[in-house]
Amino acid sequence: MHSKSKVIWIDGVSCYGCSHSFYNYPEIKELLEKIELIYHPLLPSNEFKFQRCDILIIEGAIKNNFLRLDFDLIELISKLINLSKKIILIGTCSVYGGIFGEGVLFNKENKGKFFKYKDKIISIPGCPPHPEWIAYAIEMILNKKRLILDKENRPKEIFSYTSHMGCVRNEYFEWKIDAKNFGEKEGCLFYEQGCQGPYTHSSCNKILWNEVNSKPRAGTPCFGCTEKTFPKKNLFKTETFMGIPANIPLGVSKRAYLTLAGVAKSLKNERLERKLIDDSE
Amino acid sequence: MSKEEKKLEIMKTALNLFAKNGFYNTTIADIAREMGMSVGNMYNYFPSKESLAKELLIYTSKLFGEELKKINEMDISSKEKIKKIVELYFKMAKEEPELVDYFMRVYLSNKEIFANGCEGMLCVSAFVTEIMIFFEEGVRRKELKNQDFFAAFGLFMGYLGGLVFLFREGILGKDIEEYTNSVSENIYNALKI
Ligand code: SF4
Ligand code: SF4
Repeated sequence: MHSKSKVIWIDGVSCYGCSHSFYNYPEIKELLEKIELIYHPLLPSNEFKFQRCDILIIEGAIKNNFLRLDFDLIELISKLINLSKKIILIGTCSVYGGIFGEGVLFNKENKGKFFKYKDKIISIPGCPPHPEWIAYAIEMILNKKRLILDKENRPKEIFSYTSHMGCVRNEYFEWKIDAKNFGEKEGCLFYEQGCQGPYTHSSCNKILWNEVNSKPRAGTPCFGCTEKTFPKKNLFKTETFMGIPANIPLGVSKRAYLTLAGVAKSLKNERLERKLIDDSE
Repeated sequence: MSKEEKKLEIMKTALNLFAKNGFYNTTIADIAREMGMSVGNMYNYFPSKESLAKELLIYTSKLFGEELKKINEMDISSKEKIKKIVELYFKMAKEEPELVDYFMRVYLSNKEIFANGCEGMLCVSAFVTEIMIFFEEGVRRKELKNQDFFAAFGLFMGYLGGLVFLFREGILGKDIEEYTNSVSENIYNALKI
């Protein structure tokens, strides 16, 4: 029997939301049994010491002159990266900088300090990332499967979707019907409430949260938390220029989008104008 | 002559008649007579006067839209674009007055003709889309004030329409093109950041 894969999970500047998200993975017990977890900041593990590992997981952002495990954080990560075969960056902080500043692979839009190690890095952004996405990356490595990655090293299986895909409000989006308030069943949140679903890479509406729901489904806008631009300001308000959304769905020209939107707005879908559930027959 | 070319010719003839005699006073038979065609043959091109009116509207909107698109794609400031749009509009009013008349008198005052298949923006989308792009880019470049689309649209188009109306009624003291600078200036001042 061959030995289990060795995993080190290290925390940079972090709120531990990523770890907590992972704890919600329904099969976490089985997954942890498949690996040898050498170090994790919160889960039971041995005292930290430098050693070779198969998978290095980094949660949280990086920062100069920041102590972690009695080492300078940047030095700690440098050494560990050289000792590991594969690296999974977990959370938007770790991939792009996110809430806490600078990422490992990217510094927001620019190349990050550890960009030269791109070939062994897998990015799983999200604030936090869905537990299934984290588990997916680990399992693929454990099973020696090839991960197809995009330009920012995100697995396409998860991030070639937009969070708009699969939202139950898609019909309202098509017919340009706004949600007037949060939490309503009717309407799309793109026009007024700030939803970033149509231009955010994520599968939140395919792999549901807690296996039941997603933000936009529940009536809260998508905050674009998987993107390098996260966090933006005014998350509950759509940025518009002269009433026209400043950001339009991925892959369509502004002219084409406006033409289509104008046509849809001029026509009516009477079913969608009404409440979904009311007392009438 | 291809079917499309023939259609265009019929539309132009109709345009003149609508402008001269009004939409309701013009019949398909009048248009056919002017074209030297039989009424029956006319129906091969347009099944009804309403469908002709609708296609004419789409045609006009595309024509304006294409010209606006050229302006939108120029690498110039919003201020300069405003002037170009005003120039275009006033030039059209002088050179193709029937077209402008049609747009103002038939489309804007007889909207019921267009209730079926031309609702809202449907037939004027080529034109309105370009205006939207013009405004959106002006705000994005921090040249125009960010405000409600229709507040800006009404100010721009209403003002131009009003002047063309005065011009067509023979009320303007000067040639309409002499107003280009002052009108462009006023529009820019009203829309700028
Ligand atoms: S990505 Fe979000 S959840 Fe994860 S450490 Fe950063 S702030 Fe916390
Ligand atoms: S609420 Fe957001 S995710 Fe849902 S359909 Fe509208 S834009 Fe898309």
